Amino acid sequence: MEHFLLLFIGAALVNNIVLSRFLGICPFMGVSKSSETAVGMSLSVAFVMTISSTVSFIIDKFVLIPLGLENLRTIVFILIIAALVQFVEMVIEKTLPQLYAGLGIYLPLITTNCAVLGVALLNVQYDYSFLEMIIFSFGTATGFGLALVLFSLLRERIEYSTVPKYFKGMPIVFIMAGILSLAFMGFSGMVK
Amino acid sequence: MIKGIISNGLYNNNAIFKQMLGLCPTLAVSTSSMNALGMGLATTAVLTGSNFVISIVAKYIPKNVRIPSYIVIIACFVTIIDQMMKANLYSLHKVLGIFIPLIVVNCIVLGRAEAFASKNKPLYSIIDGLSVGLGFTIALFILGSFREIIGAGTFFEMPVMLSSYNPLLIAILPPGAFLFLGFILAGKQFLDDKLKGEK
Repeated sequence: MEHFLLLFIGAALVNNIVLSRFLGICPFMGVSKSSETAVGMSLSVAFVMTISSTVSFIIDKFVLIPLGLENLRTIVFILIIAALVQFVEMVIEKTLPQLYAGLGIYLPLITTNCAVLGVALLNVQYDYSFLEMIIFSFGTATGFGLALVLFSLLRERIEYSTVPKYFKGMPIVFIMAGILSLAFMGFSGMVK
Repeated sequence: MIKGIISNGLYNNNAIFKQMLGLCPTLAVSTSSMNALGMGLATTAVLTGSNFVISIVAKYIPKNVRIPSYIVIIACFVTIIDQMMKANLYSLHKVLGIFIPLIVVNCIVLGRAEAFASKNKPLYSIIDGLSVGLGFTIALFILGSFREIIGAGTFFEMPVMLSSYNPLLIAILPPGAFLFLGFILAGKQFLDDKLKGEK
């Protein structure tokens, strides 16, 4: 049990996917302007990330490895993710129209979120068992959501502060991300 | 036309400094000038190849399935580059690791396919791929060099600072990537402002 707890904390905090692995920076910078959209985006990413890693993992174990097609992983995984995002989009549209309207453009954009493909590839690289894979994917998604929501709250604040002239716009946002990343470094050492 | 494409790709619409695309690999692999150069050139190769093929086949692809089709074409080129680097540049491939397969989801590549290659002739698309790729490489190289010189005191693994220089380790740790890109962008805004003032 302790092993799984550590795996979860490691994925969510210590090796935070955005702030220390640098995956999913585009939505991190793009969607973090308001905390409402940030919450919507984190939830949909968590959903897609967990499902797509599971499907990729199963296909990798039962189709690609027995056939010796490990070289085609990138192509197969990205197709799985693209198909799943499309599918999830259709299901949400039919069953939860309100959520669908709220997520809007962000849902299709998850296809090109490198965090989703990144986690699917990392699962293979680390050679996880099925249960470990689920916990790792979910922990990573939690970390992504945590970083995104925290950052969006910071950005809402910086709107009202005076920023030096040349740092207006993107530069200050990056510097804030750097400081947040520094704060997350404080977690290192908690889990080996 | 050609001149416009080149200057747009290299500076005016620089992928990193202006459009803020492809940030994930930028921040992750810019720990040294060598890694930055390797990643930049790998992306340039993929971008040029995919731009070329997409500009040829774009008119035969139905509009609804164009994005998945582009992704498959890009994924093929990424797999080729991945295998080639594994065979010839093993140590570099190992350092860049997961970021080579992740070129597939680099927004620059898909962005150029959608915005340029699908509407233009193959020759122009190749030039566009090359210049956008090189613009990306240069930006990556600047960031990588700064971080390596300040964080490790070396440039292409050769010591360039005085022996009494105490490397600022934070520059090559993850937070350094964000901070340095922030400062470089601020520097660019300052520079653009000064250039505008002269005109």
